[in-house]
Amino acid sequence: MSLFKVMDIAGSALSAQSLRLNTTASNMANADSVSSSIATTYRARHPVFVTMMDDLMSFEGESAGAGVEVRGVIESQAPVRSIYRPEHPMADENGYIHMPNVNMVEEMANMMSASRSYQMNVEIANASKQLVLSTLQLGV
Amino acid sequence: MALDSIFGIHGAALVARSRRAEVLAANLANADTPNYKARDVDFAALMRGQLGESDAGLVKTDARHLDLGDSRFFGAEVLYREPSQPSLDGNTVDTQTEQAEFVKNAMQYQASLRFLNQRIQGLRSAIRGE
Repeated sequence: MSLFKVMDIAGSALSAQSLRLNTTASNMANADSVSSSIATTYRARHPVFVTMMDDLMSFEGESAGAGVEVRGVIESQAPVRSIYRPEHPMADENGYIHMPNVNMVEEMANMMSASRSYQMNVEIANASKQLVLSTLQLGV
Repeated sequence: MALDSIFGIHGAALVARSRRAEVLAANLANADTPNYKARDVDFAALMRGQLGESDAGLVKTDARHLDLGDSRFFGAEVLYREPSQPSLDGNTVDTQTEQAEFVKNAMQYQASLRFLNQRIQGLRSAIRGE
């Protein structure tokens, strides 16, 4: 039944969006994590969303809807911020500390977008639940 | 008195609506997926497919023609929506439009359900002779 498939699709979006919220939370929490070398500095993480193509390809007679999945999580390649602060306990031999390349404004926008998308997909799942329930009540 | 003649078109409409809901839910789920193109089905064609009057579609007249068999969905072609505000990442889902279409589709599904329910209630009171 297609309405159960709607639940699956909305569910796939919920898990993808919650992973996005998760990476955003991790990025914001680590925005000020100091490190003494560039290699060990935290880098902003971003999920990569793709459509579930195998579903899309087999829609003949089966389904035209395809969910979304997270292909992977990439680390931002933006340069980390190095600050000259020789008195800092984490400073390297040249007196620099290294700060993550997290862009707070970008992360806030991401957070808003993810939470709105999450809410919208909850609405979709709820709507299809209502439709299934009233179909089950048919003739009662 | 066959069941089909009692319920008329509403049973088929219910199935067609639930299938369209699936396509619209997929658009909403992929609202943040780069390069996803919003899709929809021609409801009239979907309805004809449900009633067994499927469009013939493209006919292959040569063995070298490409097979388009999998572009059809229950006798209806899945089409791509004309983007109103395409974004830079290649995504053409307009969340508001899709949400409005989804709600509209859900309400029409409930309308079909109401029609079916009334038929059943009518039959029931006829059987009981109330």
